[in-house]
Amino acid sequence: MATAIKTDILNAFLDKIDESNFSSLKEKAQQRLRETGLPGIKDEEYKFTSILRKIEKSIENFSCAAASELSEEDVQESLPQGFSGDYLVINNGKPELNLSKISSQHYKVTLLSEAENQTLGSIAKIEKDPFTALNSASFADGLSISVDKNSKIEQPIFILLFNKANQGEVINSRLLIEIGENAEVSFLENTISLDERAYFANQVVEVKASPNSQTKYAKLQNESRNAITVNNFETDIHRDAVFTSTVISLNGDMVRNNLSLNLLDSGCEGNMYGLYLLNGKTHVDNHTNVDHTKPHAESNELYKGILTDSSRGVFNGKIFVRQDAQKTNAFQQNNNILLSEDATINTKPQLEIWADDVKCSHGCTTGQLDEEALFYLQARGLGRDQARGFLLYAFAGEIMEYISDDSFRQQVIDLVQERLGSQI
Amino acid sequence: MLSIKNLHASIEGTPILRGIDLEVKAGEVHAIMGPNGSGKSTLASVLAGREEYEVTEGEVKFKGKDLLDLAPEDRAREGVFLAFQYPVEIPGVSTTNFLRTAVNQVREYRGQDPLDAVKFLSVMKEKMKLVEMDQKLLSRSLNEGFSGGEKKRNEIFQMAMLEPTLAVLDETDSGLDIDALRIVSNGVNKLKSPDTATIVVTHYQRLLDYIVPDYVHVLYNGRIVKSGTKELALELEEKGYDWIKEEANAASV
Repeated sequence: MATAIKTDILNAFLDKIDESNFSSLKEKAQQRLRETGLPGIKDEEYKFTSILRKIEKSIENFSCAAASELSEEDVQESLPQGFSGDYLVINNGKPELNLSKISSQHYKVTLLSEAENQTLGSIAKIEKDPFTALNSASFADGLSISVDKNSKIEQPIFILLFNKANQGEVINSRLLIEIGENAEVSFLENTISLDERAYFANQVVEVKASPNSQTKYAKLQNESRNAITVNNFETDIHRDAVFTSTVISLNGDMVRNNLSLNLLDSGCEGNMYGLYLLNGKTHVDNHTNVDHTKPHAESNELYKGILTDSSRGVFNGKIFVRQDAQKTNAFQQNNNILLSEDATINTKPQLEIWADDVKCSHGCTTGQLDEEALFYLQARGLGRDQARGFLLYAFAGEIMEYISDDSFRQQVIDLVQERLGSQI
Repeated sequence: MLSIKNLHASIEGTPILRGIDLEVKAGEVHAIMGPNGSGKSTLASVLAGREEYEVTEGEVKFKGKDLLDLAPEDRAREGVFLAFQYPVEIPGVSTTNFLRTAVNQVREYRGQDPLDAVKFLSVMKEKMKLVEMDQKLLSRSLNEGFSGGEKKRNEIFQMAMLEPTLAVLDETDSGLDIDALRIVSNGVNKLKSPDTATIVVTHYQRLLDYIVPDYVHVLYNGRIVKSGTKELALELEEKGYDWIKEEANAASV
C-alpha cells in the first residue's frame, strides 16, 4: 500500500524529526510510516479524501511549524461571549499554559513532555491510521488532562487551538484526556486559523473514560479556506461510562475526522452527533467507528449535512457488534440536503454484527429542500430566502442542541444562522 | 376586493381552470363547491401563488393590484391567507417562533412596528382562545404529530394572527369531527368583519351550517356553472352533483 507518489516528502520529513522526547513511540511510528507511507486514493479508507494529494498540491514546506506569536487578546477574542470556564491554549501544537486558565482543583493539566505516561499511544494506536502514526512520529509536545475521580467539573473546559503556517506548515497537536471514575466533565474545542495560508493540521486526541464517568466533547471546525485537517479522535469507554461527541464542521479546505468510540464493557454508552454545512469547495469526511465489545451497551449516532456550491461530504459509519456484545442497542442515522447540482455526498453505513440478540438500525437520506414546506412558509408571509433559511435551520438545529454550554452553543448557532441566512 | 376575470390555469400542460369569473366584496362570504376534480383546490392554490400552477389566461385583481404579479409572500403580506387543505409538518420549527417571524414580516410590509416578545405573546394568548388552542401545542414543532383537527385549528389560529383581508379556506372541514368543525367555524366567524371577506372551498354542505355563505358557486370542469345563495348548497346536499353536471354538459354541447 506504499502508494505515496512523493514518498520523498515523507522520508525527508521523517529524517528531520527531533527525537529528544517520546523517542520510543516516535521510532515505532516512523518505522511504521516508512513501511506504509501515507494513504493515497487507492486506499479504501481514503478513497474519497486524498489528504496526500491535497498536501502535495497545497503544502510547500512539509515540515513542522514553529509556535507563532500569540497574545492574551487573541485568546480572549476567540472565546465565546459570556464564557466563564477554564481554557487551555495550544499554539501550533505547543501548549501555552501561561495563556491558559486553570482554576478548578478537580483536574490536572501537565505537558506530555513533563512526565512519562503509559497511556499515551495506547488508545490511538499507530497501526490504526497512518496520520496517527505521522503525529506520533513527529509531535513535539501536547497536553495531558486528567480529571479526578468522583469529581464534577462544573464549568466546561475550553480547548483553543491556534494554527498558522510558520516556517513549517505541518501542525501536530496532541491531547491525552483521562477521566477518573464517576467523574463528570464537558470539553469544548475550537480551532482558529490565524491567517489564510495553507497548513496541514494533524491532531490526535486520546480519551480514556473510566467506569461510570460522564464526558461530553463538542468540537467546532471553522478553519480557513486553505486549512487541511486530519483529526484522529480515539476513545476508550469503560463500564457504565457515557461519552458524547458533537462535531460541527463549517469551514476548511479538506477535513478528515476519524472518530472512534470503543465500548469496552457493559453498561456503557457512546453518542456521536455531527453537523456539516459546506459551501465553496470545502470537503469534509467523517469516518466514525463504534465498537461494541460487551453486552448491554448502547450507541447513538446522528450526522446531518447541508451542502451547496461544489462542496463535498463523506460519511462513513462503522458499527461493530462483537459476538460477546448481546443486547446491544446501536442506532445510526445520516441525513443530507444538497442545495446545488455540483455538491456531492458519499454516505456509507457499515455494520458488522456478530451477536444475535441486538437492536441495530441505520439509515441515510439525501434530498433537496421540501418545496411544499417552502410554499407553506411563503404563504404565511416569509420571503423565499428567509423560508429557505428557516427550513435549513430547522433541519440542522437539533444537532446544536447537543452542545450543553450556552455560550458555545450560541457562538455555533450564530455562525450557522449566518451561513444559512436565517434569523430565528 | 377580489376580482377574478376569465382565469385559466393549468398544471404540467393540463388545463384545470377554464375561465373563472368571480367578484368578492368586503364583508362577503363565498362558498365554492363542486365534485372532486372540478378545480376547487386549484383555484385556492392559484390565488395563494403556488408555483406548480401556470396561469395561462385571465386576471386577478386584489384591492386593485394585480395579484398574479406578486410572489406568494407578498400576497400574504397584502392580506391574502390560504388555509391549507393539508397543512405541512415542519420538524424543528416551533409554531411560536415561526409565527413571530411571519407576523413581523407582514407588519413590516404594512408599515407597522414589529411586535416585541411580550406583546406578541399577549396577542397570541388572545387569539388562541378563538380556536381553543393549547399553548403546549404551539411550542412544539409546527404541525408535527398534530391530529387532523389540531392542524386545522392551527391554520385558523395563524389566520387570526396574520389578520388577512381575504381568507381562502381550502377544504378546512375535510376530515373534521363535529366538535372540531364547530371550533374551527367559530374561529372563522369571529374573525369576520365588514372589511374582510372569506372564500370557503368545501366538498360538504355541513360546513355551511356553521359558516353561513352569502353566495354559493358550483365549480365543474374548471368553470363556475351555477351560482346562488345558501339554498343552492342545501339543494346540492339533497340532490348531489349529477343534475349540475347534466345541466353543464347540456349547456356546453
